[in-house]
Amino acid sequence: MGFNHALCLRRPRNENHMDTPVSQDVTRKTLESVVIRFAGDSGDGMQLAGTQFTQTSAVAGNDLATFPDFPAEIRAPAGTLFGVSGFQLHFASHEILTPGDEPDVLVAMNPAALKVNLPDVPTGGFIIVNSDAFSKSNLKKAGYEANPLEDGSLDGYRVLKIEITRLATAAVEHTEIGAKSAQRTKNVWTLGLLYWLFDRDRTPTKEWLQKKFAKKPALVDANISALDAGHAYGETAELPTGVELYKVPKAKLPPGTYRNIEGNTALAWGIAAAAKLSKTKVMFGSYPITPASSVLHALAPLKHFGVTTFQAEDEIAAVCSAIGASWAGAVGVTSTSGPGMALKGEAIGLAIMIELPLVILDVQRAGPSTGMPTKTEQADLFQALYGRNSDAPLCVLAPQSPGDCFLMAIEAVRIATKYMTPVIVLSDGYIANGAEPWAVPSFDELPKIDVKYHADTEDFHPYLRDPKTLARVWPIPGTPGLEHRVGGLEKDFDSGHISYDPDNHHKMTQVRAGKILGIADDIPEQKVELGAEGGKLCMVSWGSTYGSVNEAVRRARSQGKDVSHVHLRYMWPMPRNLEALLKTYDQIIVPELNNGQLAHVLRAEYLLPAQSLAKVAGKPFRVGEVLSAIDDALEGKESN
Amino acid sequence: MAPLDPPAAKKLTKKDFTSDQEVRWCPGCGDYAILAAIQRTLPELGVSREKSLFISGIGCSSRFPYYMDTYGFHTIHGRAPSFATGVKLVNPELDVWLITGDGDGLSIGGNHLLHVLRRNVNIQVMMFNNRIYGLTKGQYSPTSLVGLKSPSSPMGSIDAPVNPMAFALGANARFVSRGIDTMIKPLSALFKEAHAHKGASFIEILQNCPVFNDGTWTHVTARDVSSDMQLWVEHGKPLLFGKDKKKGLIISGADAKVVTVGEDGFTEDDITVHDETSLGLAFTLAHLLPPVFPMVFGVVYRNPAPAYDEAVAAQVDLAVEQQGEGDIDALLRSGHTWTVE
Repeated sequence: MGFNHALCLRRPRNENHMDTPVSQDVTRKTLESVVIRFAGDSGDGMQLAGTQFTQTSAVAGNDLATFPDFPAEIRAPAGTLFGVSGFQLHFASHEILTPGDEPDVLVAMNPAALKVNLPDVPTGGFIIVNSDAFSKSNLKKAGYEANPLEDGSLDGYRVLKIEITRLATAAVEHTEIGAKSAQRTKNVWTLGLLYWLFDRDRTPTKEWLQKKFAKKPALVDANISALDAGHAYGETAELPTGVELYKVPKAKLPPGTYRNIEGNTALAWGIAAAAKLSKTKVMFGSYPITPASSVLHALAPLKHFGVTTFQAEDEIAAVCSAIGASWAGAVGVTSTSGPGMALKGEAIGLAIMIELPLVILDVQRAGPSTGMPTKTEQADLFQALYGRNSDAPLCVLAPQSPGDCFLMAIEAVRIATKYMTPVIVLSDGYIANGAEPWAVPSFDELPKIDVKYHADTEDFHPYLRDPKTLARVWPIPGTPGLEHRVGGLEKDFDSGHISYDPDNHHKMTQVRAGKILGIADDIPEQKVELGAEGGKLCMVSWGSTYGSVNEAVRRARSQGKDVSHVHLRYMWPMPRNLEALLKTYDQIIVPELNNGQLAHVLRAEYLLPAQSLAKVAGKPFRVGEVLSAIDDALEGKESN
Repeated sequence: MAPLDPPAAKKLTKKDFTSDQEVRWCPGCGDYAILAAIQRTLPELGVSREKSLFISGIGCSSRFPYYMDTYGFHTIHGRAPSFATGVKLVNPELDVWLITGDGDGLSIGGNHLLHVLRRNVNIQVMMFNNRIYGLTKGQYSPTSLVGLKSPSSPMGSIDAPVNPMAFALGANARFVSRGIDTMIKPLSALFKEAHAHKGASFIEILQNCPVFNDGTWTHVTARDVSSDMQLWVEHGKPLLFGKDKKKGLIISGADAKVVTVGEDGFTEDDITVHDETSLGLAFTLAHLLPPVFPMVFGVVYRNPAPAYDEAVAAQVDLAVEQQGEGDIDALLRSGHTWTVE
């Protein structure tokens, strides 16, 4: 599977900077894959343009991956560098796993967007700019001393300068929307032009606009006019030499019904599905935090699925309400990000102590402290594994893609209810907001979850255990004859009463740890994603880095290199064959978006000489970065 | 062996609500009396053991659940209201008694207490106020008086205390009351009123800590001063107190004055009549402090509003009524989908 689209779309050129329209060629050039990045002010509607292009490409049958990149400010001052919002989309006629390293096409709606994104565009890359936005004041805000559209600094790129604002405004002149709204159609106008360039059907976007503005027909009219006008511009205005028309044929995907899904929606729907699969109510207690809030937004309208949502007064109340719910017989679920995880630590310890099911969805973000809330990171692994007082083990899972979030949410509920334990699901900002086409499963294919409440009054005490799983019974309030008290104080192994006995505390600590380690017998063995068992080098990734690492190993292997890919979705307990498997490789590199946490765990657990490939930049790995680490390792150079 | 519930026909007694655990409060602790009061009250309320839940935070008072033969949950410091909210959202039929103290409820858990009251979750909140941290050995609490000397305030506390009743009113609690640990009969009556109230009912209980803050309420509870320092309010009745019920309060806005009926031309008609639905009156009464004024006891404010847990359940019912039982297959295929052949 090649990534040679770069060879097709990017051409080193002499005649760039094309202001002069030349003749237009209607034949289309076939590309295997394209990466487009939309960039503009937060208010420019770039996320909308990006998601619409995504939907349309999905309908056209491409495989795709997206990466929205939001600024931290809700509405940053217009024209500033920190207010730039981006949306990157990778679509292809073959299977793809990442949103792409570098944009083949950059859409820059203002000077700031150009300045922020230009370093990522390779030489010869194709740039569409809204020249109307390159005013003196906007240039100044972006820190340009001279206009880059005029000073030759864009030589080396193929630049299409268009007065997008003026053209869009003119296109909607006939409608009754105000001047401000008219200007705001420039994103849809640009979308129309891109649809022409990449041979996309406008119908899905028109239908979407009709639905979205159903109550404002003037806006429907205006936006459709702008879309058509952008498209017509491509058709009629003679595009300069070097700008060609492209098509990206359908990808060969397994048959089925597909949809685009983002990780946070998938987590929410997985929780709703788990409520149905377990025939047990879910009580979802949460407190808004970036980038996890959309899980709450996605679950709040699903009350008819047996999900009660509760927006608590803080992170602690959120997790405590979930634990209270579990005590009462529901599956308590909470969602958060790193700082919220820190606040929930004491309560999670209580859930470990009283052995109740609890699911904690941690959508990780860059930290520590407030860090960079809108940027991604995988740095809560230590916190998930160890971040509580005393010896407080629990189960930790990590979905590998947006669609996998759905399955891992269900898996978390299965393990939590079967083993009476908290389970942490480590997602992150990248898969939370990124979308991928997802083959929608059918409910009947999903694993059923068997939930049993204890009702037998014979010889009852609240810490009776299943001898095999070591899970304690789940006696719920309201059951006659099982009245009992639970709490955070240590319990006697036999009676469940409060106990300060030293030997008992030692034993209970071992029981709690042993119960969690036993889950290893109930999860899949570790498989090798790509390559052989044993060899010179193994790349060990976890969670959201699956795509970039897999793609890098795939490319390295296609060049004949001896490298394998092992990807972890079960972080604790780890698969029972993991140690033996990893010991079959000469070298192990752990690429992760933190300062070496999984590498540390592997070294500590298995005395493995795992090396860290750390990236802590608030962004996912580029395939190229992982690829060069593979090359360096195989050539005996120090990586990182 | 777990005791089986007696047949429904048999009336439960205090013993049925008493667990087999040895009570471990200090001798003379006010908590004993409160425990006895609740164990005596529950049979009279006709509630079942399996549906009665005692949920506590951390502190001396929070050991309470272990001594009740009901369902009990000794949670973490200050957070009991959040656990209780979770329980009620899952099963509104469970009858939750929340046990907290002045440290647990007004210091570390002040935020949660605020929210459980303003949301009006249908539970009973019993706050044992002894104006001291007992379990951690005697530090001043958020209700301790300025000047209190303790291990952490050797020169006297300089923290202005919080008034629990005013706090509850400020949080928009719909049932606010006050009782005294050793006055079991009126306390039991308060428990019954609180239990009958739908929504969050707040009961401040003046409680004595004989070890670290002995006598903190003596100026109100001592036999020789009690009639002059306690005003037990009753809806629709004049605010009278004193040995012969000759003393009375005249409340005008936030101003209060004590008069004697039959002196200076005041008659009983001049005495303000208690209106438990008046938030303004409740605020004024909550702020009355000895020695100038008596402290008020009984149901100071009662003004029912829909309970949170029931409103949440109603939304769930409405969602099912409007959209039917959720269908996962339909959900996963909602919005934009496409088919690959």
